[in-house]
Amino acid sequence: MKNLVSACVLLLAASALKAQHSYTAADVEDGARVYQANCSVCHGPEGDLVTGVNFSRGQFLSVMSDEDLQRVILKGIPGTPMPAATFPEFMGFPVMAYVRSMSAPGQRTLPDGDPARGKLVFEGKGECLSCHRVGRDGSRMGPDLTDIGGLRRGVQLERALLDAARAPSPEYRSVRVVTKDGKEYKGRLLNLDTFTVQMLDSGERLRSFSKTDLREVSVITTSGMPSYKDKLSTQELADLVSYMAALKGTGTK
Amino acid sequence: MNGRWLLFLAAGSLLSQDVTFDRILHARDEPQNWLTYSGTVLGQRYSPLAQITPANVKNLELQWVFQARSLEKFEATPLVVDGVLYTVQAPNDVVALDAVTGRIFWTYPYNNAREAHACCGNVNRGLAILGDTLYMGTLDAHLIALDAKTGRPIWNVKVANASENYSITHAPLVVKDKVILGAAGGDLGIRGFVAAFDAATGKEIWRFHTIPGPGEPGHETWKDESWKKGGASIWNTGSYDAETNLTFWGTGNPQPDWDGRNRPGDNLYSDSVLALDADTGKLKWFYQFTPHDEVDYDSTQVAVLADMEWKGQPRKVMLWANRNGLMYVLDRVTGQFLFGKPFVDVNWMSGFDEKGRPMRVPGKVPTPEGSLVKPTVLGATNWYPPSYSPRTGLFYVSSWENTGTIATEGGRPKGTGNTPMAAATLGTNLKTEEEGYGAVRAFDPKTGERKWEFKMNDITWAGVLTTASDLLFSGGREGYFFALNARSGELLWKAALGGQVNSGPMSYSVNGKQYVAVCAGNALFTFALR
Repeated sequence: MKNLVSACVLLLAASALKAQHSYTAADVEDGARVYQANCSVCHGPEGDLVTGVNFSRGQFLSVMSDEDLQRVILKGIPGTPMPAATFPEFMGFPVMAYVRSMSAPGQRTLPDGDPARGKLVFEGKGECLSCHRVGRDGSRMGPDLTDIGGLRRGVQLERALLDAARAPSPEYRSVRVVTKDGKEYKGRLLNLDTFTVQMLDSGERLRSFSKTDLREVSVITTSGMPSYKDKLSTQELADLVSYMAALKGTGTK
Repeated sequence: MNGRWLLFLAAGSLLSQDVTFDRILHARDEPQNWLTYSGTVLGQRYSPLAQITPANVKNLELQWVFQARSLEKFEATPLVVDGVLYTVQAPNDVVALDAVTGRIFWTYPYNNAREAHACCGNVNRGLAILGDTLYMGTLDAHLIALDAKTGRPIWNVKVANASENYSITHAPLVVKDKVILGAAGGDLGIRGFVAAFDAATGKEIWRFHTIPGPGEPGHETWKDESWKKGGASIWNTGSYDAETNLTFWGTGNPQPDWDGRNRPGDNLYSDSVLALDADTGKLKWFYQFTPHDEVDYDSTQVAVLADMEWKGQPRKVMLWANRNGLMYVLDRVTGQFLFGKPFVDVNWMSGFDEKGRPMRVPGKVPTPEGSLVKPTVLGATNWYPPSYSPRTGLFYVSSWENTGTIATEGGRPKGTGNTPMAAATLGTNLKTEEEGYGAVRAFDPKTGERKWEFKMNDITWAGVLTTASDLLFSGGREGYFFALNARSGELLWKAALGGQVNSGPMSYSVNGKQYVAVCAGNALFTFALR
């Protein structure tokens, strides 16, 4: 399944990009991570927060070629707030690939939605709070979505809802243990070492076990995230995406 | 002062203080002391002490802790000489401690030059001693002699230019009246060397370049000017065989690490073991583990020297568990390849030709996209020292099982799992077994057969110590320090030290009490029976 998803992304990337170079799905994926960590703060997840620049529309101030773009990413623009990169030089190419991919057409399939209606879907039919948390509501088992609108693009939120879930990142893996006296505990894996296991259990208690007291330890590397493709209507999905895109922190920090 | 008192003083200073080379050569005869990086010049990291046994090891208890004033990884193995423990607080402060209480006798602070730097941490792995003088290589590539009684510097010589990316991170090796060491910087474009200095004056006696210059044999294995910055660095302590007067040093990767396009050829003597005449530095033989390396398979492990029965004949061999995933047995007199065998999952080679050259698997080279190579860049093992027990006849290696892709320069090497570099402080481990794990493995060096393994969930950067009571001590990234039965691998004792174990344990005794010491996090911990 993972391969199929990769293949789809690859197809998307390959067909959508009018590439001067060829970017691979891996380039775009690597670049996305670096973009989120380094560029998103000023440019925003959609790349539209800096005046005169809009990555989602392929709009730049001076960049023409891929080489230009890579140079600006790595060296910055002197005399402007655009700084030189602090990440390794070899990441210039994937970040460029990701920025190019942001304006690739045909990625969004959903119409515009209504955030207020989306909140109802999120908290109701979608049952999102059973795994995710927003502010002080919901579960701590899955990724906290309080700031998700500041971290992910709409198109990424859309893909996350429609596509079959990919493997979760290691910090969101689940673990299941069975004690020697037969008690079962499940939760989010916090640490697994040679002698002990630590988890946030499904009752949201921090628990630590000595392996000598356990009959079974299994790490679940598949995601609990369902595809909402057939579970929600197109409009509900669109509303959900617009709600999540508006989640940019609750001011609790 | 009466004559008897004078005699007592004289005897005391001769017997218990002057560390002659003869004492170093016969370090096994004074098991209370730990006189070289690996305990003896043979590199075995084996202690003849046997007070702590498989039966009583459960009664080990903490004696004292020395917390270093340093946030760097603590990789040093201490020396212990007659109740005094010497170690290095990274990068290069030398500390003398009472080995019983951990109280400080003196500290020698060293300020490295501003240009001092190393690729992978401002670390130091330890000291050498001769007479009453300690020797340390520094991050800014100097060699310093210190008075072991006071920490006062005696001489300080520049071994190489720190501004040209040379640094020294390993403990020197004393052979006769010389201090031998090399320099790191193989990822940063140095040309490696091993050099010997007069222990009394610091005068350089010989220098062997690990990359041959124009006109020297092996120079043809480099293209154009690539030899000038080709790496082949030295960053782990060598061994010494008195009978042949050979000193053995493992060399680092050729540079650029992951892109061999501009250095076609074998790139001698990178990723090799060099057998050098200890008096002259002349090359007696060499064996190259990984010709034309493009994965960064540094061969900077400790050469372990053992005498054993080999196919019915006594033989002087060298045991080597290499970062490239293969375990080797070489004849250390001639350099003859006796055998090699994978000790982890290996996919870059499929066997050896009759001369012991590895046969490459096509395609297992860096590509812009990355190709899957086993073992991965950080290796099947690394610098952390292995152990050989003459009692069990087994060779013990801290090993990694994992995979990663390797990309050409400019490409992006990637591990499939969470297999990070070492750090001082604990992290969490969230990876599965498929994504890589660490293990202590015991091998019969006569066959390469694995006798047992002790599996850890996380990978390990800890060395191994064995003792004459058939105990094995090691640790790992999880911050546990543990004792295993060296014959079976059974876990007998453990302690959570709260920091990653990035060092090789050692053992000593004072007043008849055996201690085991290991560094974890930023501290040195010592244990003894309660």
